Amino acid sequence: METKKPQIHRLLTAGLAAVAAATAALTSATWAKAADTEVNLYSYRQPFLIKPLLDAFTKDTGIKVNVVFAKKGMLEKIKAAGDNSPADAVLTVDIGRLYALKEAGVLQSIKSDALNKNIPAHFRDPDGMWYGLTARGRVLLLSKDRIKPGSIKSYEDLTKPEFKGKICTRSGKHPYNVALIASMIAHHGEEGAKKWLEGVKANLARKPQGNDRAQAKAIYEGVCDIALSNNYYMGKMMTNEKKPVQKKWAAAVTLTYMNQDGRGNHMNISGAAVTKSAKHKDAAVKLVEFLSSDEAQKIYAEDNHEYPVKPGVPRSELVQSWGDFKADTLSLEKIAKLRPAASRLVDKVGFDDGPGS
Amino acid sequence: MRHAAAVPGRFSIRQMIARLTPDRWGAATTAVALFVATPLIAVASIALTPAPDIWRHLYDTVLFGYIERTLILIAGLGLGTFVLGTGTAWLVTMCRFPGRGLFNWALVLPLAVPTYILAFVFTDQLEYAGNLQVALREIFGWRNRQDYWFPEIRSMGGAITVMTLVLYPYVYLLARAAFLEQSVCVLEVSRTLGKNAWQCFWQVALPLARPAIVVGMTLAMMEALNDFGTVDFFGVKTFTAGIYDVWLNMDNISGAAQLASVLMIFVVVLVVLERMARRGQRYHHTSSKIQALPSYQLRGWRAGLAVAFCALPVLLGFVLPASVLTSYALTFFDVTLKANYLTITLNSILLSASAAVAAVAIGLVLAYGLRMGEGPLPRAAVRFASIGYAVPGAVLAIGVIVPMAALDNTIDHFSERVFGISTGLLLSGTVVAILYGYLTRFLALSFGTVEAGLGKVSRNMDGAARTLGASPLRAMSRIHFPLIRTSLLTAGLLVFVDCMKELPITIILRPFGYDTLATFVFQYASDELFEESALGALTIVAAGLIPVVILALTTLRSRPGHGAAAGGNIGGRA
Repeated sequence: METKKPQIHRLLTAGLAAVAAATAALTSATWAKAADTEVNLYSYRQPFLIKPLLDAFTKDTGIKVNVVFAKKGMLEKIKAAGDNSPADAVLTVDIGRLYALKEAGVLQSIKSDALNKNIPAHFRDPDGMWYGLTARGRVLLLSKDRIKPGSIKSYEDLTKPEFKGKICTRSGKHPYNVALIASMIAHHGEEGAKKWLEGVKANLARKPQGNDRAQAKAIYEGVCDIALSNNYYMGKMMTNEKKPVQKKWAAAVTLTYMNQDGRGNHMNISGAAVTKSAKHKDAAVKLVEFLSSDEAQKIYAEDNHEYPVKPGVPRSELVQSWGDFKADTLSLEKIAKLRPAASRLVDKVGFDDGPGS
Repeated sequence: MRHAAAVPGRFSIRQMIARLTPDRWGAATTAVALFVATPLIAVASIALTPAPDIWRHLYDTVLFGYIERTLILIAGLGLGTFVLGTGTAWLVTMCRFPGRGLFNWALVLPLAVPTYILAFVFTDQLEYAGNLQVALREIFGWRNRQDYWFPEIRSMGGAITVMTLVLYPYVYLLARAAFLEQSVCVLEVSRTLGKNAWQCFWQVALPLARPAIVVGMTLAMMEALNDFGTVDFFGVKTFTAGIYDVWLNMDNISGAAQLASVLMIFVVVLVVLERMARRGQRYHHTSSKIQALPSYQLRGWRAGLAVAFCALPVLLGFVLPASVLTSYALTFFDVTLKANYLTITLNSILLSASAAVAAVAIGLVLAYGLRMGEGPLPRAAVRFASIGYAVPGAVLAIGVIVPMAALDNTIDHFSERVFGISTGLLLSGTVVAILYGYLTRFLALSFGTVEAGLGKVSRNMDGAARTLGASPLRAMSRIHFPLIRTSLLTAGLLVFVDCMKELPITIILRPFGYDTLATFVFQYASDELFEESALGALTIVAAGLIPVVILALTTLRSRPGHGAAAGGNIGGRA
């Protein structure tokens, strides 16, 4: 038995050495990135969507952007890592994430003349913690054949009895719908918003399901006549050369802005922020500034059919063809704060259970 | 040393050591189990951090709906996997019908298909604009939805169907192994006593295989409990959907962790209840006389039915998704190829292989530890550690990141103070974090499989080895290891296949610039462009195929008393 011991020791030593070597090899990659020629980005947006933007940034500044993409858990990851978090900047869709990051105390305030000049005040945080980069409208898609133009002019109209069994939407719990419902709470109070949501539910054609494009498809198939959608999906369907069938879906509907005689169409943003723990703060600020510049704003507009936030940057031709519209200028922070209440409202009304439940 | 026992003084010391030894094993086992369970403990501790109360609201509104749908889902899935898994396993082991040799391994294939991919393919084909309904409309001249009725695929039924098709192979594999191992004597005796094939199955073979079948069904149900992608896709609001809602829409991670903890408690209760129900019924092979199993020859419509029953899950669970993916891959392969296809494929394979090795090693340590050191504490610790499979992946990822980052930061601050060097995030910023997450998530697979294998090795062997002076480690390497090699391989392959498909943990814990096939596919799928990443999805399936086929073939060959010569005509009447 004594003879066994050294062998086991040797084995253990070898094992430990291997583990140490492996750890060193694995961590060295992150170690090397200490120079200021790089910036680390946590992105809620798909890398292939933002690649043209980041490539342009690298070309302009020589700063390389390392991206990691996820839709959940970013906030917790940054928070847990504390001062050591490798993330310098965060890119998100939907105001909710930006606000949650701010509330969690993981962002830092940025003072930048360029950002203040490029981005209108209602699209950025009053404390300079986050900045909106693109705006998107939650619009209605109406069946060209079956809905008379002008018969539905506001979100409030969705509850009219004449639209019973005609409305399609994705889940009420999706961030885009939660934000819309939060804006209804802001305008009508919780009771008013609840009545409204009950009314919409009663008019649903089917249980809320699928994504925004699927709603246009449903109108095309005759399942329903009215659908809630973000505006840029319409642009993406109309220009989809790889899946031409989506052009047919888009051709079956008219994009219609809501509440044009009143407060304007509900808006949401995609945006960016710099983390408190940023090791490459300068580079991170440069990146956010770049994303608000003419060059980047144009790419956003052309590639993704979102509304550039920077005044003077033209919308894509397609988006322009939908005409000018009035946007609701309700504070985004207010919308973000009301999200939990909006989400609870969806539960109370049983919205996702669908009509007749 | 062996003669030292003759010296009275040392004898008592040896006795003491002998008495202490199990405790040492028990302590070590407990420690390893707690290491694996740390992310679960982290989730439970997040649940204890103060936050706005969510229960009142949930209780008033959606809680019972969540519970009801979750119960329906796992009940439906349990039934589905039981019928498909056990039924097909019985047919291919005990009956002879055309194509049996093919089905023998083909029935495992759906395991290689990620649930979210099958969900997508099913919807793509079965919805109103899908190929099936288009064809039906053409044939019957229907013009619109009002002309005919067709089941809604985005529903509870759709979710149960899709999950059953992907998960029944767990039950199939385990049930088939159990049927193969059953002593021929038991079956022959039951036949002698006048039981027909049906009675043999229900009254003898099935009860004997019950532990194995239950393990398979438990794995499937745990997978359904942790799932979010599929139920979300089908619009079925389960308990896990509720966890994500509280976390992300109500900005309440603590409330989400509370819900996740309730889910964990639920799983523990289920497992304990099943074990209590089984207590007192111990299944031993009283006879080790084993020969090729007698089989029932099926002819005519019976054979046709058997073929249909086996072909259906293979066609729907594998052939359909594989061909749909192939057709999309042919159109959109350039997107995947442009995106460092080789690197991400290699990442997936290396990561899954490392996780498989680590999970089997830990599973072996725990299973062997429990065998050596009895006691309620290690047993409870190991059981607790293996419920990670039922925890929603993204929640588990937070459970990994919190303690790991805390450890990293402690090391960093210490090193900063003492050496003036900042070590940064040593572990949590690397793939080590993903591996740790996989380990916790898939312990149920690795430990469960190894434990089952070890359980079949008679304890008399241990006694004999120890009597002959072998240390526990030597006994393990010389006696147990060779005997349970197949179980170890099975465990490794199962973990490998599951890691290839794993998404939520990978996507949250991966470092910058690191992608796997699953995260690559998700990138596109989450922007409604699933078809573009079809080649990536197809590669996940293809990479899973090799281990899945090995799996199917090894369990077949592992049957004791089953010589290589019999390999070709298993079940041929001896």
